[in-house]
Formats: sequence, structure tokens, C-alpha cells
Amino acid sequence: MSTNTIQLTEFPVSRPLTLRLHGWVTTVDHKRLGLLYVLFALVFLTAGGIEATVMRLQLIRPHNDLVSPQAFNRMFTMHGTTMIFFVAMPLVFGFANYLVPLMIGARDMAFPRLNAFSFWMTALGGLLLYFSFLGGDGLYGGGGAPDVGWFAYAPLTSRTFSVGHSTDFWTLSLLVSGIGSVGTAINIITTILCMRCPGMTLGKMPLLAWLNLTMGGLVVLAVSPLTAAQLMLLVDRYLGGHFFDAQAGGSAVVWMHFFWVFGHPEVYVLAIPAFAIASEIIPVFSRKAIFGYPVMVLATVAIGFVSMSVWAHHMFTIGMTSGANTFFVLSTMAIAVPTGIKIFNWLATMWGGKIRFAAPMMFCIAFLFQFLVAGLTGVTLAAAPFDWQLGNSYYLVAHFHYVIVGAILFAIFGGFYYWFPKVAGKMYNEGLAKLHFWLFFLGFHLTFDFMHIPGLLGMPRRIYTYEPGRGWDVWNVIVTIGVFFQAAGVLILAANLLLSYFRGRTAGNDPWDAWTLEWSTSSPPPEYNFAVVPTVRSRRPLWDLKHPEDPDWRYE
Amino acid sequence: MQISPTNIFAPASTPADSVFGLSMFVIVTVIAIFIAVSVLLTYAVVKFRARRSDDHSEPAQVYGSNQVELAWTVIPVLIVVALFLASARVIASVQDAPKPFSALEVIVTGHQYWWEYRYPKLNIVTANELHVPVSDPAHPTPTFMTLLSADTDHSFWVPRLAGKTDLIPNHPNSMWIDPHETGLFLGQCAQYCGTQHAKMLLRVYVQPRAEFDRWVREQQQVSQSAASAGERVFQSTACVNCHTVAGTPAKGLFGPDLTHLMSRDTIASGAAPNTHEKLRLWIQHPDALKPGSKMPPMGLSDGDLDKVTAYLETLR
Amino acid sequence: MSAWPETLREYNPSWQLPSRGRVGMYCLIGAEAAIFTIFVVAYLFYVGKSVSGPQPKDVLHVPIFYTICLLSSSFTVHAAVRRLAAGNIRAFVRFWLLTILLGVLFLFGTAREWAQLIFHDGLTVSTNLFGTTYYSLVGLHAFHVTMGLLALIMVALFCFTARLRREHTERLEILSMYWHFVDAVWVVVFLVVYVIGM
Repeated sequence: MSTNTIQLTEFPVSRPLTLRLHGWVTTVDHKRLGLLYVLFALVFLTAGGIEATVMRLQLIRPHNDLVSPQAFNRMFTMHGTTMIFFVAMPLVFGFANYLVPLMIGARDMAFPRLNAFSFWMTALGGLLLYFSFLGGDGLYGGGGAPDVGWFAYAPLTSRTFSVGHSTDFWTLSLLVSGIGSVGTAINIITTILCMRCPGMTLGKMPLLAWLNLTMGGLVVLAVSPLTAAQLMLLVDRYLGGHFFDAQAGGSAVVWMHFFWVFGHPEVYVLAIPAFAIASEIIPVFSRKAIFGYPVMVLATVAIGFVSMSVWAHHMFTIGMTSGANTFFVLSTMAIAVPTGIKIFNWLATMWGGKIRFAAPMMFCIAFLFQFLVAGLTGVTLAAAPFDWQLGNSYYLVAHFHYVIVGAILFAIFGGFYYWFPKVAGKMYNEGLAKLHFWLFFLGFHLTFDFMHIPGLLGMPRRIYTYEPGRGWDVWNVIVTIGVFFQAAGVLILAANLLLSYFRGRTAGNDPWDAWTLEWSTSSPPPEYNFAVVPTVRSRRPLWDLKHPEDPDWRYE
Repeated sequence: MQISPTNIFAPASTPADSVFGLSMFVIVTVIAIFIAVSVLLTYAVVKFRARRSDDHSEPAQVYGSNQVELAWTVIPVLIVVALFLASARVIASVQDAPKPFSALEVIVTGHQYWWEYRYPKLNIVTANELHVPVSDPAHPTPTFMTLLSADTDHSFWVPRLAGKTDLIPNHPNSMWIDPHETGLFLGQCAQYCGTQHAKMLLRVYVQPRAEFDRWVREQQQVSQSAASAGERVFQSTACVNCHTVAGTPAKGLFGPDLTHLMSRDTIASGAAPNTHEKLRLWIQHPDALKPGSKMPPMGLSDGDLDKVTAYLETLR
Repeated sequence: MSAWPETLREYNPSWQLPSRGRVGMYCLIGAEAAIFTIFVVAYLFYVGKSVSGPQPKDVLHVPIFYTICLLSSSFTVHAAVRRLAAGNIRAFVRFWLLTILLGVLFLFGTAREWAQLIFHDGLTVSTNLFGTTYYSLVGLHAFHVTMGLLALIMVALFCFTARLRREHTERLEILSMYWHFVDAVWVVVFLVVYVIGM
């Protein structure tokens, strides 16, 4: 076990800023790239949050005229595209990059240069998307931010209905960042399969590694269909192709199928790493091993497989045959089973434990409740006839934000606080963290609990204004108010991490008394992670070291 | 006083009723699961919290239990099967319902940003306000709609009458409604179709049989208006490129049929009431009512504007 | 990179994990297979749905010769790598260059076919659905062949500057996996375009 205290910078602190920045820009170190991904994501979280705020202010009352319909339509397109591709995915890749090598006892990812290339491709994609704003309205056809919705249905994206280049910014930015995503996924899979330390068989690696392995497999299989669809759209728009051209016999439905074949596994790409974070935090803060490790692995892999067969539940209203609709009801409801099993296993982990309510655990407990609700509203949507009412309404918007914010983002917040001491070498301020939690929790529930109601009362999504007298008004006000509490919470998070980085108390190697390999090295870890490559005998190597009289490998 | 005219839990037609029945079953099941699991979670969080008086020993490490895993796999599977079968039944009954001989047929074509209605067997063409007869459950007279699109994707959603079905170019869909109550039912387009998606509103007038028949007769008549100055302006301006007025040379198909414009309560697909001021404003400056709609400002002088408005107001 | 596995072996000779290059290449092949699957599905879905313009059986001629060229290049690349493993650089070079030649011949055949279609038969990517799906699918494949050829040529250059050694066999095996994949995709494209689609 290494107790190195060598700091990350091996040069005197007075190195010029240009050299230090150059080091970051040219880095191939998985830890630095992980941090770059997270910082990148936080910048775009701000942009996406501003877009959401503009929309909510516009919708606070009927017939509001804060922004034009054109501007509003750009807001929801950019908000969705930003949050999925340039916030959630980079966060997921950032965590995977930083943690996977450390947790499997490796010194870096399998392909460090591919790792850097992938990050910069993602960054380029984000820049491309936002460059579209500079196009401005300008001349007819001069471009501007895309306004076709984040899933860009054909034929709205054809040259006929989307003049100028705004749609092309959408297409190209996702094409470019998609290449980055696949590169990172290849790296994650190869690292996990080929670089585990001695003794760490697949059955002994942390759940976080298993879940990121599954996520990598999903990215490899699911992002490529999006790339293919983007190429087809470019052929249509620039080479006169007819893939989605109804006049020539092409089909708008084909775009829908190709997009959602990507789009549904994509939400599991985001959710499964969030499950991974919860699967590391909940055991440590309950002081018990994860309940049912083999079942958790099986359930996750099952979710991965089944998730590739449910995509058309996004298309229940487009007029598929009753047979097709029925099949997708079955597959979608089936995926609820392994998902529920995971919730029960987390519950069983806490059962009989000694739960400590530090910020990471609070966020994970909220994650559990909120993911339960999100999954159950998902079940209501899986019943296709019910979806014929609920689909494309604010009920649906509430459901998927419950998943992405209520489950995924809450788990990620928990992860921020759990691993911040490892990354920065300092403890964060627990009081501020709890304040962040309560503010964000309040804001989240104000916005997304009440958002279900206008949907049930007939309010469709993607509308820049609405009629009075439909019973939607007061709910829209409450939903908007919640935004400000969430913004306050995120600001406090940023302030906490920044202040604690400079003035927090020293964290030491293992402030949480945890059990996986990243806690065996210094905080922050040296560039090479481990002076001596560890050998492990069980799933919790540090538990074995701390409890030599009762090691895990006797029971596994 | 109803909570909302577009409340999905206030069905007034068989498809909406079937969905409502299923939704109740699903909601009750889901709430039961939520309560059960939340109670367990809350209990765990309270009962198993670390106490300050603790001796910092670790609790018993339990690694798993096959029986427990089996139990909480089998029960969800059974629930899934029940929900699936219930859904399958409603899918079949709504989607595969046979069209009875007495059904009224309407062809609905979605445009950016208005609704075109043709009643092929009755020779009626109208826009934005759909009239159907009320249906008596004992002797149903449903309305079967074929859904087409002239441009992008749209979706027909009147929550109290049925779930939504999309209108997709080159992909005809069909849906049906059989409203049991008379009255005006509201809805709007539910698939983002462009700038003015938000104001592509739906109004379905469910009328008693006699009233519906009278409406049909009125729609079938070709209006006999005397040649007026306004009509001359209308016929000689670009109006005729987009609009049809039956019995005149105006045969444009891009915009709504105006033959019986004054039989409608609203204009611009529900964006404004059909009053003199709004009609005049719409022709003069459409962006004032629906910015980004496909109706261009006609650039008419004030005099011509008044004449055309007066002419349109004769189209009953 | 090459120092890393040796370190592990020093500590634990019994701890064997798959080679990174192989796993990485399998993943890349998986991703590319997914892209091709989508284009193949689009092709099959749109068979017979063109509303106008030339139809496949009117204008397509089954490219037997060029297919044989491409598929036999799988054998030659395999033979090349086997020779390198045995240390026979000269024989390796001969088979490697033959592989490149066969690949270039295939691309030449595609170019010839496209020239015929565009200038004689008036079929372009914008003519009809058949044109769109045909050029996209065959073009995507030809692009992958080109990328593979560039890599093969780079290796040939390394060889001619006396940098290639027997120890590089594993890496060339991994590169040849990509080449085999490109050939396998052609088998599918051939079946879909020239057999099923006609």
C-alpha cells in the first residue's frame, strides 16, 4: 500500500502560467483529462441552465412576450442538446476517466493519447454548437442556433424547412463529439478488460468498473447509429439525397427509428454511471458491503442488453402497428425488472447498516427516492395507450428530468463530494454542502413534481406560449420558481469546491474509511497513481487490510 | 367549473375512456409500489442510522441472499405481466377497431400551422374547426379520421376525445373518436413542427345530429356573394395563390379554404377570435397575431384592406 | 507502452489479461459494424421504393472480379503477417504489397462502376432513393477501404525505411483484423446490393 505524498507538480510552484496551461492542454494523464471533462461540463451546465431559465421565465404566464417564438425554439433545442451531449456525457466520461484506472490498480487508461484526442473532439463539438449563435439572424440563410429540437425530426431538418446552417451546426457538433465519445468508450472497455491489477478478476473488480464497462459497450453500439443518421442527414441536405425526403419515397419515420436506436440506450449511458457512483457511496456510508454483487452485475448487463430493444417506446404515437406497439410495451416494461432489482439491492445494503449522513450519502438517498419515482412514471409511460395521452406533454418532460436531474445529477453531486477529497487533497465544507443539498432538493421538487400536472391537463411540450383558461397557469408559476433554488444550490456547490480547494483542511488518503483502491494512494494521487502495482484478493482490498481477522475473500 | 378543458382524466369519447380505464389501473399499481418501497426506504434510513453512542464497530457484513433476490424478481415480473396484458388489450381495442358503416370520414391534413379538414363523402372542405356529430353509445356514429401531412410532422391531440396520433408526410395514419357529449373540445398540435407550433390550436365542435346536419348543408352551399370591390381586390391580389373560395377563380391550396370563413369562431387556427379587428389585423400584419406563420403581410393600402375584410365577412 | 506489460509479468507471471490492441480493435470494429448496420437497414428498407429513375437491375453489374480481388486480399494479408511472424521480411513485403495492390484494384473497380453509373446511366446520389442509398452504402465502405489502404501503405513505408521488425507482428495482426472486417462488410454489402436488392 502506497503512502506517497509527492504532489502532482514536480516543479517549483512558481512555474509560469503559460507552461502550466500548456501542461493541461497537452496532458494525456487520465486524471487531468477527467478533470478537464468535468470542468468543461460545468461551464456548459451554466449555459444550459441559462437556456432553461429563459424558457421558464417565458412560460411563467400565458401569452408572455419575453422572447420571440424563434428564440424560444432555439432555447429548447440548445438546452436539450447541451445538457445531454455537453454536460451529462462529459460528466460521465470525466468520472470514468478519473476513477477507473485508480480503482482497478492501473497507472493510466489503455490509450492515453486516444483519451486526449477524444476529450478535445468533445470540446470541439461543444464549441461548434455554440458558435452557431454567432451566425445570428443576419441575412436570409445566415444561420443561427439550431431550432429543430434536440432530436431533430425529419423533415423539419430538411433544406426546405430549415434554411441556413443552424441545423448543420447541430449535425456537425454531434458528429464530432460522437467520435470523441466512441474513442473514450473504447478506452474504458480496453482499460477494464486489459489493465486490472493482479488478483482482480472480473468478479472482484468494483461495481463502478462493471457499470462503466457496460456503459462503454452501450456507447460503442448506440452512438454509431446516431453518427450514421447524421451522415444521412448531411447527404440529404448537401448532396441532394432522399433518405428522409417524403416526396421521393423517403421516410420521416426512418429518422425516428435511427435516432431512437441511439436515443434510448443513450439515457442508460448516462444513468448507469450514476448507478455506479451510488453503488460505491451507499456501501461506504452504510458501513456494509454492497448487497448482491453478482446480481447487481447481472442486472446491469441485462439492462444494457434490453435497453437496445426498447427504442420505439418514443414512437408510440407515430402510427406503428398494434403488434409493434405491443412488443415495445413488453420490452420497456421488462427493463423495469432489473432496474427495480438494483433499487432493492441498494436498500438491502443500507438495511442493518450504520448510516452516516454526510453530503455524498444524502445525495444518494435522494437519488434512491427520486429514481424510484422516475422509474415508476416511466412505467406509466410504457403503457402505450396511456402514452398516447402523456407522450410529448409536460408529463413526459417531468419524467425525463426526474431521471436526468433527480437521479443522475443527484448521484453525480454525491460523487463530487465523495471524491473531492481524493482529487483535491482537501475536505469540502460540510455545512455548505448540506445547504446545497436542501436548496437544490427544494428547487428540484418545486419544479419537477409540479411539472407533471400541466401534462396531465393537456399541455404539450416545445410551445413558446400557451392559452389561458386551460388550467395550466399556476403550475407554470410554481415550476419556474423552483429554478432559482436549483441555481442557488449549484452556485453554492461551485463556491464550496473552489473555496475548499484553497482553504479546506487536508483530507489524507482515506477520509471516509472506504475500501476500494483509490483510497490507498495519496490525495491527490501522484501522476503514476501507485508506486507499487497492488495485488488484490477480494472486492474490497482495503477492508481486507483493515480487518485481517475477517477478510472479504473468505466469503466471496 | 372544470379544472381544465384539456384534462386527460375527463374523457368524453371511447378511445379516451379506454385510455382512462387503463391509466387508473396503472396509476394505482404504481402508487402501491411507490408506497411500499418508500416506506421501506424511510424505515431503513431512520432505523439504521449511525448513533453517536456507537462504538464505531462495523455492522454485520451481509453479502447477499438468493431467496430475497428471487422474491424481488418474481413479484415485479408478475406485475409487469399484468400491466402488459392490460395495455395490450387497450392497444387492440383502440387501434384495431373496425370502422362501422355509419362512421363519418374526415381527412385531416396538417400544415404549418393550421389544420385542413375534408369530408370526402360530403364534399366539404374547411379548416381549423372540426365539426362532428355526437355519438350515442347505443347506436354509435363515430368519426374516423385519416391523418396526413403537407409538410413536417404534426400531432392531433384533443385530450378529452382520444390520445394523440401523429401526422407524418408520406405516412398516413388513422384515428377515431365517438364523443358522447356535445360541446366544444380543445386541443393543439403536439409534435414540434416549426416556429408557430404553439399556436396550431384545435377546436372540435361536437353537435347534436340535427345541428350537425344543418352545418353540413351550410358548408356544402357555394356562397353567392355579389361581385364587390373587395372581391375584386381579393381576386387580383396574391390571395388567390394560397386560398380557395368555392365558386370563384380562387383555387389556392397552400392556405385554409375561406369559402365559409365566417362560420368559424376563430382565425389563424385558434390564435385569434374571428372579429372584424382581428381579421383586418391578420391580413395587414400576421406577425402581430402569430409571428412566424406562413401568411405574409399583404401590403394592401388601408382602403383595399377595408374592402377585402368586408368581402371576407360575406363568406358565411 | 511496451514497458508496461513487462513490469506486470515481473510481478505476476500467472496474471494474463487480453492484449490492449486486440480489445481496442474489436471495440472499433463493433462501432463500425453498428454504423454499417444502419446504412444496410436503410438500403434494405428502401429497396423498391424509388418513385422514379433507374432501378438496380437496370444499371448494376455484379462486380465479381473486383470482389474476388478484395476477398483474396484477406488471404494475402494473413499470409503476410504469418511470414513476418516467422521472420521472413522479404516474403512479408511481397504479400503485403500484393494486399495493397488488390485493395487498390477494388477501389479502381468501384470508381469505374461509379463513372459508368453517373455518366452513362444518369444515376447520382440525388437521382432517386436507390441512388442515395447505393452511393452512401458503397461509398462508406470504399471510404473504409481507403483508410485501411492508407494504413497498409504507411506500414509499407516503415518497411522500406528498415524500421519494421519481427516484434511488430502483433500490431500488424491487429491492423489486419481491421482489413478482415472491411472485407467482411463487403460480403454483406455485396449480398444486399447485388443479390437481395436486384
